[in-house]
Amino acid sequence: MANGSGRPLSPHLQVYKLPLTAVMSITHRITGVGLAVGTLLLVWWLVAAAAGPEAFARAQGFIGSFFGLLLMLGWSAALYYHLCNGIRHLVWDAGKSFELTDADRNNKVVLGATAVLTVLTWIVGLAVW
Amino acid sequence: MASNSKTLRSPLQVARGLGSAKHGTEHWWSQRLTAIALVPLTVWFVFGVIRHLGADHAAFVAWMKSPFSAVMMILTAVVTFHHAQSGLQVVIEDYVHAEWQKMALIIGVKFLSFALAAACVLAVVKIFIGA
Repeated sequence: MANGSGRPLSPHLQVYKLPLTAVMSITHRITGVGLAVGTLLLVWWLVAAAAGPEAFARAQGFIGSFFGLLLMLGWSAALYYHLCNGIRHLVWDAGKSFELTDADRNNKVVLGATAVLTVLTWIVGLAVW
Repeated sequence: MASNSKTLRSPLQVARGLGSAKHGTEHWWSQRLTAIALVPLTVWFVFGVIRHLGADHAAFVAWMKSPFSAVMMILTAVVTFHHAQSGLQVVIEDYVHAEWQKMALIIGVKFLSFALAAACVLAVVKIFIGA
């Protein structure tokens, strides 16, 4: 897009295809906010258990419902993503893995680990349930 | 000033002492500290949740009667909410630019986070010491 100056423009986010590394960066934030909302279910679970058997049965019933399981699926995937990508952030904080080849490889490591851990958790979870 | 310095940065660019906010790297550091703590806590929590899927009240109470489990659950809740409120603060600071909206959101998030953490702690303590 010409602005007459001949100088490069910043990427227009509407037309610019974000690289995977950028998508994964913003996904870390989105999953973080989602997990923060998800803590409400943790509070309900613990407070219901403290309140007594009826309240706890209601909370467990909600978690076991279709909508509850859907939320748990989303939160388990978000949790593993934020955990794996968070460890990657700690590696960056240690001053390592800044090369593009490292970033490309670690994108795949984080996505792969998230998928494997999520699927594994649900196989084990549904088996013991 | 700093004429023998090997850097081209002006000394005026470098924060002196703890910087203008007087907090230095405290916020950044506490986010990392809670992140590190949450790695083992999260693993423990996921295993705990899987073991108590569809559990009845008695089984859950028995779990929280164990001192180790009660301490781990309290740590998980407190550290999670500390990490969440410090992360949400950064998100709000990055995207909300009207000053009063930014302050209102940050204050709201912090009050709510610490209140919910307190509710979790009280719940675990009540189950732990309850009959």
